[in-house]
Amino acid sequence: MSDNTITIDGQAVPFAPGQTIMEAAMAAGVYIPHLCHNPEFTPHGSCKLCTVTVNGRNAASCTMPAAPGMVVQNDTEELNANRRALTQMLFVEGNHVCPFCEKSGNCQLQAMGYFLGMMDPHYDQFYPPRDVDASHPDILLDLNRCILCELCVRASRDVDGKNVFGVTGRGPHTRITVNSASGRLGDTDMAVTDRAADVCPVGAILKKRHGFEVPIGQRTYDHKTIKDVHMEEAGK
Amino acid sequence: MSQKPLLTTEAAGTACALPDAGPVILAPAEEKRKIRVATCSLAGCFGCHTSFLDIDERILDLLKLIEFDRTPLTDIKHCGPCDVGIIEGGVCNSENVHVLKEFRKNCKVLVAIGACSVNGGVPTVRNNIDLWECFQEVYHYGIGLKNGMIPNDPELPLPFDQVHPIAEVVKVDYFLPGCPPSADAIWKFLTDLLAGREPKLEYETLHYD
Ligand code: SF4
Ligand code: SF4
Ligand code: FES
Repeated sequence: MSDNTITIDGQAVPFAPGQTIMEAAMAAGVYIPHLCHNPEFTPHGSCKLCTVTVNGRNAASCTMPAAPGMVVQNDTEELNANRRALTQMLFVEGNHVCPFCEKSGNCQLQAMGYFLGMMDPHYDQFYPPRDVDASHPDILLDLNRCILCELCVRASRDVDGKNVFGVTGRGPHTRITVNSASGRLGDTDMAVTDRAADVCPVGAILKKRHGFEVPIGQRTYDHKTIKDVHMEEAGK
Repeated sequence: MSQKPLLTTEAAGTACALPDAGPVILAPAEEKRKIRVATCSLAGCFGCHTSFLDIDERILDLLKLIEFDRTPLTDIKHCGPCDVGIIEGGVCNSENVHVLKEFRKNCKVLVAIGACSVNGGVPTVRNNIDLWECFQEVYHYGIGLKNGMIPNDPELPLPFDQVHPIAEVVKVDYFLPGCPPSADAIWKFLTDLLAGREPKLEYETLHYD
């Protein structure tokens, strides 16, 4: 066994220098629940769903570089309970009405709730006032459902080269903002073919005229868990 | 492990069987008392009750084990002492809160059924709209309205400025999400509960939509 090995829940997992714990785990077929992580983009470390225990301390596995001999706990009752609590917080901090959301069935936040056995929101609802921006002819921006993963920010900046999205405010007032004089999406050069238009893990950025296209029973997470889907995407 | 109330904790009882649901433990053998169940719809659409009726002929098996107290089916107006109370809908007015508290007082096990009961659901869309503006839109300016009047009969319950889930008002023992939960989800949930098991839904029956 080379030095470049960590253990996750007792299983030896090799890593290449520079890889994060998440990258090494996914490459070895070990699933670590995550929402703001997308292997295509620079890690962001905001949702904390991917928190694991590394040599006795908790750390976000999507940003923590793997180092020789690390002992990592991942699939434990306690860590999964924390993940469920974080998911519940994401639900109550926004306005998530799945029954009429176009993303329902294809939504990663919802799928994470199912995966972690979330039966109720547990915390009191915030019902925050949030904006809906329908000014763009092909794209809808509904901040009621935004979980601030900043994948749209990363995609627009790093892939599309357009910097359409940014973040403003602090704490509970943090919001995704649109980079145009009017602040409206219709006044940007965003196109429906941009990577940023289909990177949103939830129903905050939607392509217009595609809602409810896929019937119930055939949607991404109707039969497969988010773990199944993420491992398939990783080729595992 | 679980601190949630299970129906059979005090029952040493008779076992009988529901199809697909394993043994069901009833109240003590001498008594053969039926499990008493009350249901109601608060700020909901009765969709969860309709879905419950979708269990079809399985309701006959269920009726061997349970009897209804207050429900929309029995037309009993007040909830008496019950084993299980099932609440559809969140709270949007003062009457909802009175009914909900009456259920909590009388039911050993209280269940929130459906998205509205669990997190407020569709009616919460009005939560960031001023109540007066909301009424004006609904009764005065809505498409096709003429000479609209905002109802103000003193008998009408006082509306709240926001709709909230029932767990923000009373303690809830179990949650069964879905809009509505499917008949199979309701069947699995109830048969688990009646069997004295902690209800557990399979992946494909757990839905928030
Ligand atoms: S974004 Fe996801 S969790 Fe939020 S309402 Fe839509 S389907 Fe539900
Ligand atoms: S709009 Fe979507 S992609 Fe952008 S931060 Fe919000 S949840 Fe993430
Ligand atoms: S996936 Fe690591 S913090 Fe979000």
